[in-house]
Amino acid sequence: MDENSEFEPNIVAFVCNWCTYAGADLTGTSRLKYATNVKIVRFPCTGRIDFMLLLKAFAGGADGIIVSGCHPNDCHYTSGNFHARRRWMALHNLLELVGIDVRRVRYSWVSAAEGAKWADLVNSTVADIRRFGPYTEYQNVAKQLEMEDSHE
Amino acid sequence: MSKIGVFICHCGENISGTVDCEKVATELSKVEGVAYSTDYKYMCSDPGQTLIKEAIKTHHLTGVVVGSCSPRMHEVTFRKACAEAGLNPYMCEIANLREHCSWVHEKGEATTEKAISLVTMLVEKVKKNKPLTSIQVPITKKALVIGGGIAGIQASLDIANCGHQVILIEKDPSIGGHMSQLSETFPTLDCSQCILTPRMVEVAQHPNITLYTYAELEKVEGSIGNFQATIRLKAKSVDPKLCTACGLCSSKCPQKKIPSEFNAGLGTRTAIYVPFPQAVPNKPVIDKEHCNYYQKGKCQVCQKNCPTGAIEFDKPDELITEAVGAIVVTTGFNVLGTDFFPEYGYGKYKDVITGLQFERLASASGPTLGEIRRPSDGQIPKKIVFIACAGSRDPAKGIPYCSKICCMYTAKHAMLYQHKVHEGESYVFYMDIRAGGKNYEEFVRRAIEEDGVNYVRGRVARVYEKNGKLIVKGVDTLLAGAQVEIEADMVVLATAGVSNQGAEQLAQKMHISYDPYKFFAEAHPKLKPVETNTAGIFLAGACQAPKDIPDTVGTASGAAVKVACLFSQAQLIREPLIAVVNRSGPPSFSTCVGCFMCETACPYHAIEREEIKNRNGEVLKVVAKVNPGLCQGCGTCVAFCRSKSIDIQGYSNEEMYAEVMSLFNN
Repeated sequence: MDENSEFEPNIVAFVCNWCTYAGADLTGTSRLKYATNVKIVRFPCTGRIDFMLLLKAFAGGADGIIVSGCHPNDCHYTSGNFHARRRWMALHNLLELVGIDVRRVRYSWVSAAEGAKWADLVNSTVADIRRFGPYTEYQNVAKQLEMEDSHE
Repeated sequence: MSKIGVFICHCGENISGTVDCEKVATELSKVEGVAYSTDYKYMCSDPGQTLIKEAIKTHHLTGVVVGSCSPRMHEVTFRKACAEAGLNPYMCEIANLREHCSWVHEKGEATTEKAISLVTMLVEKVKKNKPLTSIQVPITKKALVIGGGIAGIQASLDIANCGHQVILIEKDPSIGGHMSQLSETFPTLDCSQCILTPRMVEVAQHPNITLYTYAELEKVEGSIGNFQATIRLKAKSVDPKLCTACGLCSSKCPQKKIPSEFNAGLGTRTAIYVPFPQAVPNKPVIDKEHCNYYQKGKCQVCQKNCPTGAIEFDKPDELITEAVGAIVVTTGFNVLGTDFFPEYGYGKYKDVITGLQFERLASASGPTLGEIRRPSDGQIPKKIVFIACAGSRDPAKGIPYCSKICCMYTAKHAMLYQHKVHEGESYVFYMDIRAGGKNYEEFVRRAIEEDGVNYVRGRVARVYEKNGKLIVKGVDTLLAGAQVEIEADMVVLATAGVSNQGAEQLAQKMHISYDPYKFFAEAHPKLKPVETNTAGIFLAGACQAPKDIPDTVGTASGAAVKVACLFSQAQLIREPLIAVVNRSGPPSFSTCVGCFMCETACPYHAIEREEIKNRNGEVLKVVAKVNPGLCQGCGTCVAFCRSKSIDIQGYSNEEMYAEVMSLFNN
């Protein structure tokens, strides 16, 4: 653990516009402090998130990823969060099978009223990823694959 | 080549307090494609906006990123400013430097670095953004109202009085709904029909309202502004143009023992009938299920007696299609079937009746002409017991909710009984008295204090017959659970209000959602109480949940206003942040393979099928097409698409990829 105490992980958050983005806004208006490592990308809905983009982010250099949307039954678009959850459940097993560290993806629900939950989510994710260390394994594999692709 | 302008706002000290805004602007000026970068104290102020507008013109900017507060706050402001300077508003993006950065982090290097990343992300996105134009959809300024109860009547009149055409359909032979069956209404005790029937006549005579009674919705296609509704006009077997409503047919009809729906089964009617004397339209229909001619092939007594030859046995149902721009659903409720209560003996004992049946007994137009007489022998009951919450608030009966109106109508029933039978004794068994509403509590107090109704707090365990009396056994929980036994002449059950028959099928026809009890669901329980999740379809009245008359009329007028707002626009203008199917290149002008996963995923039924034909008109393939009127822009279809043929404008694959990957380029 000690060896990673200086490590600042690079974390991307894929959030929906209606619940978690607004929830993170509330964290701001409530002036709750959290780690600077997480950058938020706004999607209309978690149902919009193509999980291949998660892999691209890992390949690019992300050490951890947060996916967060509306609580079940609270989706602005009725069912987008259910599709996202089902997609993640299926992909989760597949990624685990091929050896990707799925602990680095944190899937959560944060509503527009849960500013404190967002701060906690960010802080606990940063702490976890800091413990796991940089995700260079996947970056290396991805670079290797890219090189093989370009040789073909 | 992109020419992006970056504008970093200090927000007074809200951002600059922890973020080095000057440094952010300087660093951003080094990013490829950034043609202009600056910071300013208040970007949203008039001089701030002018700064942006001037920069767009001077530097011929192709995109703008404002680093400021949340886009939920000022995205509209800055997009409008860009549009005023001639830049497409969708080429402007907001980096959230306040809520997501300066307010949540301490002052320092890391915070400034994060701010730089956040702005860079959106610079990369804006480079990929495409100019979008808002979607304009024409509107058919005609509304369809489904259900002719008080909600449908009110909504129709309000919309029609705004100068728009209305089609009102009602499945029964007359409009009026449950309200026409009521005797007096709480808390004023004014006669229900006296206040309702003038409205019914107004509907029939309104030049903007087309009334179809004995009609049901067959199907709905299209979307907000442009629905196509197919309506089944059930054959009435009587030509309303020839019929003079003389009533000879009904008086001669040999089928005289059919339980009258209007009298809740307490009276009878004939097979050719007008449901009640004040019916609108006041023309008879033939009930085919009970008509001798339709069932056995002979009779035709009505036809022989009709002086104008209005009877037309052979006329089939007719299907008509109407183009409408909005739909108001006002299909009302039903009263729970009392077969739920074997312990109360409903169906077994004739003198155990429902609240709606009591309404008919108390009504001057009812089977007893307003005298309270028991159904079994026509005697005036000396002692009467009302049981509130018969089904409601009882998860064991499958109805955990409160039916809302029963407390009030039970108080009214007891009061009416005391007014009509002065020497009578009345008892009300209740769980709680819920009398929330203007003058409601006072009304219940009046029943108890002035009219001497005996309120017993407790449940009834059983009702049984003994020596010609109905023995009501219950407990009084205010007397420490003391057993109470009342020898009653009549028992009235305040049965639960439930959703109407066929509510589920109707909801499915219109693609609107409903709750576990088959009541239609509003888009938001508080802030969108009359909207549904399907744009252009509105709700009012007891089809949403049991409601009293004031609430029903209130929601009906609310829904009417929503329709009027929609119709007041020349065209429907919508944000273009919707999904589109790529039709730009071969093979066969779309990469879509027609798997229609998007159709499965779409919560709005916005995916349509489009045929791509060759010049000979032969279908080459069937591809997906997005109906821009229905699409709400969630993008679930995009994540589902196997061939990346469907994309969402404003959040496209390319844009999101650029935004995410910008984080890792350094």
